[in-house]
Amino acid sequence: MTWLNDTLQGIFVGGGYALTAVGLSLMFGVMRLVNLAHGDLAVCATYLVTTVMAALGVPFLAALLLMLPVAFAAGAVLQLGLFDRALRTGPLAPLLVTFGLSIMIDNLLQQTYSANVRGVPAGSIDVAAAHLGGLVLPWLSVLKLVLALVVIGGLSAALRFTGWGRRVRATSDDVAMARLQGIRVRPLFATVTGIAIAAAALAGTLGAVTTGVYPTLGTLTLIFAFEAVVIGGLGSLWGTLLGGILIGVTQVLVSQVSVPYATLASQLLFLLVLVVRPQGLFGTPQADGQAAGQAAGAEA
Amino acid sequence: MTALTVQDLDAGYRDFQALFGVSLDLAEGETVSLIGANGAGKSTLLMTIAGALRPWRGRITLGGADIAGLPDHQRARRGIAIVPEGRRLFPSLTAEENILVPSTGRGAGPWSLDALYELFPMVAARRSQRAGLLSGGEQQAVAIARALAANPRVLLMDEVSLGLAPAVVDGFYRLLPRIQESGVCILLVEQDIDRALAASDRALCLLEGRVVMAGDSAGLDRDRLVSAYFGAPSAPGFSATKTAGAPVPLDKRVPLDKPVPLDKPVPLDRRVPPDRRVPPDKRDPPRNSVPPDNPEVPR
Amino acid sequence: MAMKRSGTPAPPAARPPAARDTAPVSVSRWSTAATVTTACAAAAVSVLALAPYVVGTNVTQPMVTLFLLAGMASLWNLLAGYAGMISFGQQAYLGIGAYALYLFGRAGISPFAAIPLAALAAAVAAAGIFLILRRLSGGYFAVATWVVAECLFLYVTTQGWLGGGTGVGLQQLSTMVPVVREADTYWTALAVLVVCAGGGYLLVRSRFGLDSRATGGDPVAAAAVGVEVQRTRRLAYVLAAAGFGAIGAMLIISGLYIDPASVFNINYSADMLFMVVIGGLGTIEGPLIGALILFAAQQVFAQYGAWYLVGIGALAIAVVLLAPAGLWGIVSGRRGWFLLPVGYRVRSHRRSP
Repeated sequence: MTWLNDTLQGIFVGGGYALTAVGLSLMFGVMRLVNLAHGDLAVCATYLVTTVMAALGVPFLAALLLMLPVAFAAGAVLQLGLFDRALRTGPLAPLLVTFGLSIMIDNLLQQTYSANVRGVPAGSIDVAAAHLGGLVLPWLSVLKLVLALVVIGGLSAALRFTGWGRRVRATSDDVAMARLQGIRVRPLFATVTGIAIAAAALAGTLGAVTTGVYPTLGTLTLIFAFEAVVIGGLGSLWGTLLGGILIGVTQVLVSQVSVPYATLASQLLFLLVLVVRPQGLFGTPQADGQAAGQAAGAEA
Repeated sequence: MTALTVQDLDAGYRDFQALFGVSLDLAEGETVSLIGANGAGKSTLLMTIAGALRPWRGRITLGGADIAGLPDHQRARRGIAIVPEGRRLFPSLTAEENILVPSTGRGAGPWSLDALYELFPMVAARRSQRAGLLSGGEQQAVAIARALAANPRVLLMDEVSLGLAPAVVDGFYRLLPRIQESGVCILLVEQDIDRALAASDRALCLLEGRVVMAGDSAGLDRDRLVSAYFGAPSAPGFSATKTAGAPVPLDKRVPLDKPVPLDKPVPLDRRVPPDRRVPPDKRDPPRNSVPPDNPEVPR
Repeated sequence: MAMKRSGTPAPPAARPPAARDTAPVSVSRWSTAATVTTACAAAAVSVLALAPYVVGTNVTQPMVTLFLLAGMASLWNLLAGYAGMISFGQQAYLGIGAYALYLFGRAGISPFAAIPLAALAAAVAAAGIFLILRRLSGGYFAVATWVVAECLFLYVTTQGWLGGGTGVGLQQLSTMVPVVREADTYWTALAVLVVCAGGGYLLVRSRFGLDSRATGGDPVAAAAVGVEVQRTRRLAYVLAAAGFGAIGAMLIISGLYIDPASVFNINYSADMLFMVVIGGLGTIEGPLIGALILFAAQQVFAQYGAWYLVGIGALAIAVVLLAPAGLWGIVSGRRGWFLLPVGYRVRSHRRSP
């Protein structure tokens, strides 16, 4: 029975990874931008929550809710001020700029908060759990998975059924034509980045309740998110969910056997997928040359 | 009052200038065709008007307002719509979603979704199909519908006949009057001169980035137009090009009604040394020809 | 038309007038500036080689750091600036080189002699790792290289025979007289820099260099004209890895000790990115200038802790967005300087009518 419970825990963990990864997937799918600062921005948001809680005495959930619009705004501002410019500068620029940003944030956090692990006092939600037969359902973990489902489901629906979603899909197909149809691309991209960062901030903060937060957590967060996107396949939000779950399950199951190898196992899974099926599990066949030209995996 | 005016437009890509002082104007409800060979600058002109390309010099006004400084998405919102060369639909969107993409103008004019489906029944039938999977003719219809959905003031159409079967193209040109009726003015780029002239009120001919001829479509002299199309010093309005070689004037080229005479074969002495030549009377007769003085060969 | 030794082609004799006069041209790959620069560089190396005789280890030790930084910058630029492959995982080969040297040392081979072997080990590893990476490009390639480095880090920390998380020390050199060891370390580091930078330069000037630049610029177009894109990328990746292996070996020699957390650290990639971007991506001179700047910043601002990294990061971002050609790019672009030419210069010799 324990392996079933472990798998369930792995699914919960994976839900958290997926929620972080959604933003990364969205940004790459729409703008062809790999945001290497993605994880660090999530960690930034977590530190912000702890600071607000400590300074204003606000309870965890309230601080979290307060943080979300701030994260959205920060994403939008970064997009308008920095990423837009990088996208226009050239193909290498976004990588270099987001990496530079990641290093800046890492070290800024180190200087401001010290490199030690900092706890995120979430109160009772941290340890509360339901028990179902032999299965343990920690409320926090359930919340992460539920949020992942809600966000991914909501985004999918929005992309398919709303005018905004139509404009986003059109722009990701052909930016130049989208502009000629009257679509204002810059504000559109700003909303996309805002959503991406807000989702990552939410996932990161909830995850940090269990693990604590430290400046270099951003690197690990980025890597797991990236792996979830690649394993699931570019262009598929539900694929990202599956990718995250696969990573989570792998980690938890392997950690039952040997803790030090747990993270390594998930990395190896990622590399295996890269070799065997680079377009990911649900990678959409790229119909247009532009997207195919980017690294969806299959390149000369 | 002209809907669209272009004055002395210079435009190009990086170091390459594609348009030299192009001027034209489009009156309300008018259809003007732009003809010219490949590379003449027709698509560049349309793209510059639409805003995808920044002009180097010159003015573009829409309904009197200067739009040369506006970016493309704002020009689209002001009423310029383009059906680009090669259709350029959004392949992952369905046909209907493609038509719904234009952000403004919907409801502000005659071209509602229903009206467009009535105009293009084959699109209505395939409205939920992904645009990338449609046939060429259907894609062209969707592209035109997408442009019309914004209820534009000026419609720019770039080579709608490209890559389509003649019957399909006929179909589009039969529908054109209905589009014209709705009051939109059209700038039509077309390589097929006959169709272009038949569909338009006026025509402009571009050669190597310059307007070399302009006039009412009805009264346009065919020969003069052909001269202007290919470039000849005798064409009025023609000015010296910057290219190194001047095009061969029409009157110096080999006329098509005078083929090379076949009674003057290439002399054999160019290939075979004189002492090895077979005298004509000793050569084999040509195959399949009847020797004139042999009556026994059956006919 | 054959070129005469004098350099200026003889005027064509009795040529019928053509529609366009084709003026004779000469193609050069070198220039006076290049000769001067190479001579100066050789002189500089000779002067630097004298340093252990003149100054103490408090000067030569930081110099070793500078040499290794410059070597890393040149190699990273070879990958990113010429072959178009941005890698954030080159620290993997630093680690492989360092640990390989440790193992060779345990096997009885003298550490300094084992440096080429460490480079070879890194190259072999790179050839294998490239099989995973070969179908990737752009951001995917970059993050995948990062993941590979992380995997190696995780693996090493679990292996007791490699010292686990605590790391390993290089015992073989503890018997050497410290001054001699420092001097040997210094000279070897200088040699590694010369090989990496100089070798990189010769490589870029070669046929392979042309192929890499084509591949980096537009792989599809390059493949269309017959460049073997995959082979070129693999070769560039493996050669760079060899260089990093040698530098990694130098790291354990100069520090006498290595641990996974510091050698497999992403900060090395951050440093490489900063040096190359600020100095000038895609130029020979740029990375060296960038290395000098980063080194200076490290020495001057180290007391402020990690703030200098924040500043360098901001500077790198600013350079990428505002002056993508980097410092050297600005200087050389404006004045047309090419101290170390890699291309072909065509000069036409027009005769005055």
